[in-house]
Order: sequence, then C-alpha cells, then structure tokens
Amino acid sequence: MIPLNWYLWLSAVVFIVGVAGFLTRRNIIIMFMSIELMLNAVNISLVSFSSFLNDMRGEVLVFFVIAVAASEAAIGLGIIIALFRNRATARVDEVNEMRG
Amino acid sequence: MPMPDIRPLVPEIVMACLAMLVLILDLVVKRKGIIAVITMISAFVVFYALFGGVRGEAFSGMFVSDGYSVFFKIIFLISLVLTTLISVRYIEIEKVNFGEYYSLMLFSTLGMMVMASAGDIIVLYLGLELMALSVYVLAGFFRHDTRSNEASLKYFLLGAFASAFLLYATSMIYGLTGTTNLRAIAQYLATHGIEDNPATMLSVMLFVVAFGFKIAAAPFHMWAPDVYEGAPTSVTAFMSVGPKAAGFAVFGRVFLIAFGNLQINWVGILIPIAILTMAVGNIIAISQTNIKRMLAYSSIAHAGYAMIGLVSGGSEGVASMMNYLFIYAFMNIGAFAVVIMLRTEGFKGENITDYEGLAKSHPLASALMLVFMFSLTGIPPTAGFVGKFYLFLAAVNAGYTWLAVVAVLFSAISAYFYLRIVMFMYMKEPKGEVKLSASSSTGIALAVTATAVLVIGVLPSGVINMARAAVLGF
Repeated sequence: MIPLNWYLWLSAVVFIVGVAGFLTRRNIIIMFMSIELMLNAVNISLVSFSSFLNDMRGEVLVFFVIAVAASEAAIGLGIIIALFRNRATARVDEVNEMRG
Repeated sequence: MPMPDIRPLVPEIVMACLAMLVLILDLVVKRKGIIAVITMISAFVVFYALFGGVRGEAFSGMFVSDGYSVFFKIIFLISLVLTTLISVRYIEIEKVNFGEYYSLMLFSTLGMMVMASAGDIIVLYLGLELMALSVYVLAGFFRHDTRSNEASLKYFLLGAFASAFLLYATSMIYGLTGTTNLRAIAQYLATHGIEDNPATMLSVMLFVVAFGFKIAAAPFHMWAPDVYEGAPTSVTAFMSVGPKAAGFAVFGRVFLIAFGNLQINWVGILIPIAILTMAVGNIIAISQTNIKRMLAYSSIAHAGYAMIGLVSGGSEGVASMMNYLFIYAFMNIGAFAVVIMLRTEGFKGENITDYEGLAKSHPLASALMLVFMFSLTGIPPTAGFVGKFYLFLAAVNAGYTWLAVVAVLFSAISAYFYLRIVMFMYMKEPKGEVKLSASSSTGIALAVTATAVLVIGVLPSGVINMARAAVLGF
C-alpha cells in the first residue's frame, strides 16, 4: 500500500506548482488553470486523508469543491470574455488602467 | 431516517426563494424600480423571519443560528437595503438597469448569511463562494467599461487564489483532526495537544491569508483599491461593508471557536497584520485623488481597526468588533451615497477636486458628507467615535494598551484625508457647476444613515449592548 505521506507530498507539490504558475505567468487563462491546479491539489489531499481516516467528510468536501470550481470557471471565463471583447487581450500586464 | 430540523435555516431558505423569485420576475417586470422595491421587501421579510425564527443548530452542528450570527445577518440586511436604495437611480444613469443586479445582491447576501452561521468549514466555504461569485459578477456589471472589467478580473483572480488557500488550510486541519466541524476541531486540539505541530501553525497561517484577502487586510489588500475604483460605485459601497463584515464573522468564528485554545499563537500573527493594515490604509489614502480609491484605502484602514477587536479576544473584544462593523455599515454607505449623487449624465464626479465649493451650491449634501467624514475619522458626537472608543477600550482592558495607542495615532493621520474633503467643500471656491442626481431613494438612504450615525453617536449603549448580548451564547 502506498503510504499517506506520498499523497501529501504529491498534493503539496501540485499546490506549489499552482501557486508558482499563478504568480509568474501573465496570461489570464494560464493563471486561471493554475488556480484549478491548486484546487485539485487540495482534492488529492482531501481524498487521501478521507481514505486514511475512514471518514466520508473529506470526500463530500471534494464534491463540493469540484462543483464550486465548475461555477467559478463559468464566471471566470465570462469575465475574461467580457474583457476580451473590450480590450482584445488576455494578458494581465495589459489590463492596468488603474494604478496608485 | 428522521426529517432534520430545518427551522434554524428558515431565514436562509426564504432568502434563497426570494432571490430566485426576483430573478424570474426580471423576465416579466419591465420597470426595474419595482424589482428594487421587491428586493427591499425581501430583506424585510428575511429580517422578520430572523427575529421570529428558531435559534439553534441544524444538520448536526453544521449550521448554527445563534446571537452572533443573527447580529451579523442584521448588518448584511441593512447593507443590502441601503445599497439597493442608492442603486436605483445610479444604475439608471449608468444604463445598466437590469434586474439581475438585485438578484445577484440577494444571492450574495444569502452567501454572507450562510457564512455567518457556518458551524463547519464545508458550509463556510460554500457560503463564501456564493457570496464571492455573486460579487465578482457585480463588480464587472458595466460590461462595456474596461475599468469595470479590470476590477472584476482582478477580484476574481485574487479571490479564487485566496479560496484555494482556504481549502488547503481546511484539508490540513481535516487531516490533523479528522473533522471539519469547528467545535470538534477545538475539542480535538484541546485534548490531543497538537498546538505546536507545524502543520497546525501552517494551517492557521493559511486561514489568516484566506480571510485576510476577504477583509482586505494588508499585505493581502492589493486588489481592494483597483476593484473599489473600477466597480460600480453602488457595488463598491456594498462590497466595502457586506463581504468585509462576513469575512470578520468567519474570522471570529474560526479563530475564536476552532483555534480558541491556541489563542496566543494566532494573536502573534494578527497583531502585525492589524498594524500594517492600519498603516497602509491610512498612509496611502493621503496621496489619493480619486474619492473611490481614497475610500478603498480608508476601508482597508477600518479593517485594521476592527482586527483590534479580534486581537483583544474575549466577549468584550468580539462585541466591540461587531459594534464597529455595525456602525461602519452606516457611515461608509452614507459616504458612498454622497459620492453616487455626484455622478450625473456625462459627469463622473469621482475626483476629490470635484468637491471644491460644494457647500455653496449644495449645502445639505455637503453637511451630510461632513457628518460621514467626521464619523469615519472618529470625531464625537458621531458613531465612528463610539465604535473606535469601544474597540480601544477592549484593547486596553485586554492588556494591549500600546496597540490602542498605535491605532489612535493612525486614526489621527486619517483625519488629514477625511477632513481634506470637508476643507474642499467648505473653504474652496467652486470651479464649475456641479449638479447632483438627487432622487427620493438616495434621499431615504442618506436620511437613514445620517440619523443612525448621529443617534448612535449620542446614545451609544443600544448597539453595544445588543452586540454584548449577541456574543453571550458564542
């Protein structure tokens, strides 16, 4: 049996990849994908804890996270399309009208 | 299997039904003013359900309806009604007079109500997302305005980023304790002695990051100025009060219940954040030329003051924080109501210089703005003074006298940028003619907020006693 630690390391690594992607990439779609990566890292750790603890709570939360991530994707892509129609850009550096 | 007791949830169920009803009515009702009226009636119906409703726990402690949550729900409903009042004319002028605006506000308030009542991190997360997703859309409600798009995009990206941190913290605390129920977490932490476990500390820190984003505490405040400036002014007023209060509601519940036993650990994290928040908010606000941006920094600073209540802890600290958020709802929406009146067809009215000589042409509006600015500064006899007084009193009683002194110093700095508006209105000559888009609904909102600010300022005991009674069962 694969020990719990391995799953936790996997989850931590995926989460950090997501954070790094969010902070370094400037394309909105890729930043958004990084957020999804972070959410799925959480799902990995929740499911592994859930199976390790023999408790359903973690799995229930995973379903909620998946459902919320789907609605988040709908709204996020809607916002990106609204922006793209006005500015024809998908780079956050170019979306900087307000400063100071 | 027996039917679960859903009576404590009645206000939320009513709110959900009314929000969907408003969404459907939008299809058939052509005059959107009627929808605004229905929105306000909905708020009053929920208010009634809240007072006549059953207190207690539902779904084995996942949902808690206690005095603490009811007090916060009152703040949310007040901010919903006041924001609806100031929106009616404004969204007509901006030509985004769509019915779903009100529906989204109702859904967002529903999310906040669920957050305030969350007894379990799963429920907390769902409420937070319902609130946040609705507000992302509201922030970008001017579809054809690039600044509104930008505000919505920034809020969305950083909000989603922060909620991923919340989930990671949840998964860690779940792995450590085997539960997501706040009281069960507290019990486990107390009996198993894992306070010093690095994973517990990391989880606490991630919770601070996630909630810090929601209440716009420095150093997680970067989104706030841009979002507040770009979003529709009525939504800015809503965002700076409702979601912030909801953030404090969950902050208090998670930290004082689940992590109550490790109080000393997280207090050490929160004190520097509170000081930094007050410093960033008050100092950067000085250099702003856009009034919405200035009020954004001011709202960051006020989050810093309210955090002092959390740091002080105990029922007195929490009660003073709740009292402050209640007062803040009135004074901040009042100030935004005046800002909204300056927006007329073809005139933005967002520059601070637009207020020059306003007292000559519009003495009443200037007098009201004066009251709100005095209140935000914390000058007696306004409510802002009362709010700060109880916060600092709680800090002194909890042994954080130096923190209260720091907060008073920052509040003295804040006088500069609040009173500059007053100085512009009363001591400068008008540059051009400024028209006001006065309407009866904005007038009602202004009357209510100004009365509340002055009455609470003169008779402060009512609200603080209500807050003290509310935290009794906490």
